[in-house]
Amino acid sequence: MDQDTPVISVSHVSRAFGSKTVLKDINLQVNRAETFGLLGPSGSGKTTLVKLLTGIDEASSGEVQVMSLKMPKLNMLQQIGYMAQSDALYTELSAKENLEFFAALYGLKGGNRTRRIVDVMELVNLQEHLRKRVDQYSGGMKRRLSLAIALLHEPPLLILDEPTVGIDPLLRQSIWQELRSLNRQGTTIVLTTHVMDEAEKCDRLGMIRDGQLLAVDTPTGLMQATGSATIEEAFLTYGGARK
Amino acid sequence: MKIRAITLRILRQFIHDKRTMALMFIAPLLVLSLMSLVFNGDAYKPTIGVTGGAAVFASALEAQDAAVTDFTTAEQGNAALKDGDIDALITLEGTSPAVKLEGSNPTANRAVLLALQEALLQLHPAGSGQGEIRPQISYLYGAEDMTTIDRFGPIMIGVFIFFFVFLIAGVSFLRERTTGTLERLLSTPLKRWEIVIGYVCGFGIFTVVQALLISWFSIQVLGIMMAGSFGYVLLITLLLAITALTLGTLLSAFAGNELQMIQFIPLVIVPQIFLSGLFPMDTLPLWLQRVSLATPIYYGAQALMDIMIRGKGWSAIALSAYVLVGFSLLFMVLNVLALRKHRRM
Repeated sequence: MDQDTPVISVSHVSRAFGSKTVLKDINLQVNRAETFGLLGPSGSGKTTLVKLLTGIDEASSGEVQVMSLKMPKLNMLQQIGYMAQSDALYTELSAKENLEFFAALYGLKGGNRTRRIVDVMELVNLQEHLRKRVDQYSGGMKRRLSLAIALLHEPPLLILDEPTVGIDPLLRQSIWQELRSLNRQGTTIVLTTHVMDEAEKCDRLGMIRDGQLLAVDTPTGLMQATGSATIEEAFLTYGGARK
Repeated sequence: MKIRAITLRILRQFIHDKRTMALMFIAPLLVLSLMSLVFNGDAYKPTIGVTGGAAVFASALEAQDAAVTDFTTAEQGNAALKDGDIDALITLEGTSPAVKLEGSNPTANRAVLLALQEALLQLHPAGSGQGEIRPQISYLYGAEDMTTIDRFGPIMIGVFIFFFVFLIAGVSFLRERTTGTLERLLSTPLKRWEIVIGYVCGFGIFTVVQALLISWFSIQVLGIMMAGSFGYVLLITLLLAITALTLGTLLSAFAGNELQMIQFIPLVIVPQIFLSGLFPMDTLPLWLQRVSLATPIYYGAQALMDIMIRGKGWSAIALSAYVLVGFSLLFMVLNVLALRKHRRM
């Protein structure tokens, strides 16, 4: 693929559920191998936008393109690793059985499947708990296993909805290092967050509130444009709480 | 490959979830056993009314452990019969007795007839030269064909299999939605129909074992009458289970949580039981009798009764079998469409 074509291109996208408009005229581009953060309070429409990007949901108007293909498209799902806000694990099964199941859905077979399972479990530092049942996992462990599943099929595009909720700072740091190394290998990452210090780590940020994209820029750019010292202040300025 | 993965995963979940397994296997046996006990309880002591010339039987009936009441007029006797005070009224027509049974309780019917038979034998021993006296039997409430577990057994096998599979399949599909795993499934390149077929296969394997166990237990251990082929019983119970499975997963789309799924029982299961043939259908209004033609349990129960009581073969049950297959296919298609709500492609 051409290095310069954006991986994700969102133009004039709105999404309404009945009479309730959740997203209004969103325009957005995500470049290859960057980490793009969507920052906004809960209920701002982050999750809805993320679902439009994966193709699970469809825009009411406007167009979402991923890798130059109009979404939703079933084949595209093979190219995307998606991690939802809920852990979405089969708690009666062991971690290994969960991984085997999703690996099979992504068409991973034999030795490749076994190798990927070991790889992703090492990545999230759960290799010692592979055979443990998921209902014995702590909240943070479940979150990490959920992330591991999203990474299984080595997708070129990762879409993560609040990936580090409930994960301790030390591990959060190691996950960020891992995301960074995926970026270097060419993986594009879109993630949502409502934690300000985490937002600063993204290459570029989109600030979203009440279904509207308020601003898109690098964290430094956003702070400079508003004359703020922190991302939090910048967000408040764009949100209209500070003049 | 993907279907196999879903099948395997469901089997694994079953093995891990001991309580659900117990519910599917043990609970039907327990309830059936209980029913068998209820319908084959200790000897029932009938209350019999006599009137007019039939009073001559009173002492002989009392000798058979029956409580006997003498009515001066037949009207009084009939009134008592209608009120349920007595199980039967015996009158004398010419020289032979006429028995009118209350009829709603099969156990009481049998007890009355047995007591009368013994009493007559005592009054007129065989070979006494007077010939055999045959009482005329009539029913106040028409229920001549209601007998014991033999009659209810086939219907209840169908009902219980439908009930348990409906509930377990519905709840596990519901949990797939509430825990977010359905969304995750739909974020993989899995087609919607693959999920539905995967569920049918995974649960299908389990219901084969369940149908085998329940049918064997009912016939061999509980001794429910079995005139026909065991293979046909298995086929019908399996088809009924698949229908319950597809209906359960379909309806789970309309339930927000487990409790709401359980609330479908009085809506979906109980009416089907009432229209299954368990209770006499002839007394129902015609429109209600027609409604039964739209309920899967009715077809399963009719086919099972044809096989187990009447000993009939394929030609008698073919229609029911095809209808059950049709129901399953319809529910599966609707299920694939219902999943559009979660992913449009």
